Amino acid sequence: MTVADLAFYFFAIVAVVAALLVVVARNPVHSVLWLILTFLSAAGMFVLMGAEFVAMLLVIVYVGAVAVLFLFVVMMLDVDFAELRAGMAKYVPIAGLIGVVILMQLTMVFGSWHMADGAEAARAAVTPDAAEVHNTKALGQLIYDQYIYLFQAAGLILLVAMIGAIVLTLRHRTYVKRQDVLAQMYRDPASALELKDIKPGQGL
Amino acid sequence: MDDLLREYLPILIFLGMAVALGLVLILAALVLAVRNPDPEKVSAFECGFNAFDDARMKFDVRFYLVSILFIIFDLEIAFLFPWAVSFGTLTTVGFWSMMVFLGVLTIGFAYEWKKGALEWE
Amino acid sequence: MISADISTVLPEILLAVYAMIALVAGVYTGKDKVAPTILFLTAAVMVVLAAMIGLSGGGTTSAFNGAFIDDGFARFAKVTILLAAAAVLVMSKDYMLRRDLLRFEYPVLVALASVGMMMMVSAGDLMSLYMGLELQSLSLYVVASLRRDSAKSTEAGLKYFVLGALSSGMLLYGASLTYGFAGTTVFSGIISSVGEDGMSMGLLFGLIFLITGFAFKVSAVPFHMWTPDVYEGSPTPVTAFFATAPKMAAMGLFARVMFDAFGTSTAEWGQVIALLSLLSMFLGAVAAIGQTNIKRLMAYSSIAHMGYALMGLASGTEQGVEAMLLYMAIYVTMSVGTFAFILSMEKDGQPVTDIASLNMLSKSHLPKALALLVLMFSLAGVPPMVGFFGKLAVLQAAVEAGYGWLALAGVVASVIGAFYYLRIVYYMFFGDEDKAGIDGTMSPVLWVFLMGSAAIMVVGMVNLFGVDGLAAAAAQTLVN
Repeated sequence: MTVADLAFYFFAIVAVVAALLVVVARNPVHSVLWLILTFLSAAGMFVLMGAEFVAMLLVIVYVGAVAVLFLFVVMMLDVDFAELRAGMAKYVPIAGLIGVVILMQLTMVFGSWHMADGAEAARAAVTPDAAEVHNTKALGQLIYDQYIYLFQAAGLILLVAMIGAIVLTLRHRTYVKRQDVLAQMYRDPASALELKDIKPGQGL
Repeated sequence: MDDLLREYLPILIFLGMAVALGLVLILAALVLAVRNPDPEKVSAFECGFNAFDDARMKFDVRFYLVSILFIIFDLEIAFLFPWAVSFGTLTTVGFWSMMVFLGVLTIGFAYEWKKGALEWE
Repeated sequence: MISADISTVLPEILLAVYAMIALVAGVYTGKDKVAPTILFLTAAVMVVLAAMIGLSGGGTTSAFNGAFIDDGFARFAKVTILLAAAAVLVMSKDYMLRRDLLRFEYPVLVALASVGMMMMVSAGDLMSLYMGLELQSLSLYVVASLRRDSAKSTEAGLKYFVLGALSSGMLLYGASLTYGFAGTTVFSGIISSVGEDGMSMGLLFGLIFLITGFAFKVSAVPFHMWTPDVYEGSPTPVTAFFATAPKMAAMGLFARVMFDAFGTSTAEWGQVIALLSLLSMFLGAVAAIGQTNIKRLMAYSSIAHMGYALMGLASGTEQGVEAMLLYMAIYVTMSVGTFAFILSMEKDGQPVTDIASLNMLSKSHLPKALALLVLMFSLAGVPPMVGFFGKLAVLQAAVEAGYGWLALAGVVASVIGAFYYLRIVYYMFFGDEDKAGIDGTMSPVLWVFLMGSAAIMVVGMVNLFGVDGLAAAAAQTLVN
């Protein structure tokens, strides 16, 4: 058993255990923290497969951003999670049954694990030779050229996400005073100030 | 592949050390620390009150908007990495496809800006 | 190479570019004040694009290394999608404006959703399929909760989002299994990886997970549970949109994947889809009986109709696909008309959705009641109306493909389902006058759509305006 094998088993076990704890943790904030651990071990496994870019992406995007968002959501919801969890006990048997069925099915798949004849060759055909170009560079050569259609579609999806977030959450508050930088800069002391000489004893 | 993994070996060792050290410190507290609790010691200390409420409270949804807009730009930047790495070998199509992508996101940015989503108020 | 590819996806690019221009133009001019203009402009662009696609003719071209396929099938679906989206947009203006929901992002999101739907029906690759699907779904989640201050609308959006994400997860799981066993995501590669001795077990599992994901999207039983709540909670124009264009797109995508990627194993997926179809027809027919809210009723009605459309797909033959396309086109037309009426259901300016409010509508508004009668008969599949011909085509295809039992079940389900359509007719003509509830005023636009749709249902029994011929041609390009 090499170090890489050991590292694989380490990350795999941590990922599975942490994922289980995401579901069973009592405190939702702890769930999010376990989720971060799951992401990190998944990133470790990606590195073991040589997919450095995806691994780093997982750390930057999922751990750095999505997990923070999850924490926000957990904080934002004023939900009594203990109460929600009480309903869980009721559904555990049926959920367990479904889980067991799916597990059995997946064992069946695993048992007859033979790929189509040309599968390996087809997989290798689209990517540059792994011995010559490293992972991130190979991705760069594929995404922007060969998969340009999908890449632009991803851009559109991000645009929709942007519009959606604003449409659903942005409220224009009318009762707050806003700073108007231009108005401030164009303000002329000559027109805004007036000096009046007031004689003693007289009002304005 | 092995060369690549060897480069990551220090990180793995570092991770191992971090986990081991963390465990050692926690366990050390368990084994070595003197524990002699009594009801007064473990009760709420500050101001003498028990907590009234859950420590979690509702956030304004504006925090969420800021963070989701951040994630979107984060993803956009994630797409820039492989592009920058393979810049020397990119085709013309590859170059302009990123320009179009950035253009789409810039349109989103202009919309956001004008809509006032970037203002805190 | 790239310029040829771009000219193949030109309609999608045009619509996407239009949506972006409209977004920026809207935000830099009058914001929500220009929303009606943008709305009509969007509808006009959609109609123009539909004409452009419909008249372009030509054979089958694929672009971007097979990720995008432009063929007769895709064109038929795209024209239906664009016209339905444009019709719903035009119908929604009054309703949205009066309830202060007409924000200029609404038409933009509908346009972007339409781009996603067009990408779906043209997908030639598991990845482009998913991108199109997500573009569509993400826009739909947002428009579902457009009325963000209403608990029901936000609930609808959230439910749709959570279950949609779940179904996307299943779809992706199936896609990754398929990729793992076939070694490629391109449909033509997947179909050639299926050997003579049939599918490998892994590929079969991939297929089943894919079907599960699609079943969610077309709201087929047992993956239908989101439909009634989403239909009820969303603003009515959005519900009308959900009932038309996305259904066509999801069906198109379903058929596309089944035939292009798994066309040699019709027997494997045929039985799964037949089961989905059977359950959908019966649940749609039975569960709608207890509904009093017309939007929920239409939700169950759409579930039942998806069951019939799936029957055509289950046949796995060219005739079956033709029947499915025809059925979907007819269903979309009927839905547009019915929702035009539902949009006009108001009492003292407030929308009503209770079907009891239709009592004795015939007395005050005979033409409208008659039009709705025609549409209800057509939805139920009562013989002279066009809806009957749609059902007939599907049943024939099923019988000829050896699914006689399914066709028989379909007939039984349609008899059960006729009950609730006829109950609405009963309310309108023989109901209780004291319970009469709606004002019955209707904007001219809605009136045109209601009457137009009803007229098509009647005139169509003489001549289907060549739609059947187009559907046949479209089916031929897909199956071969």
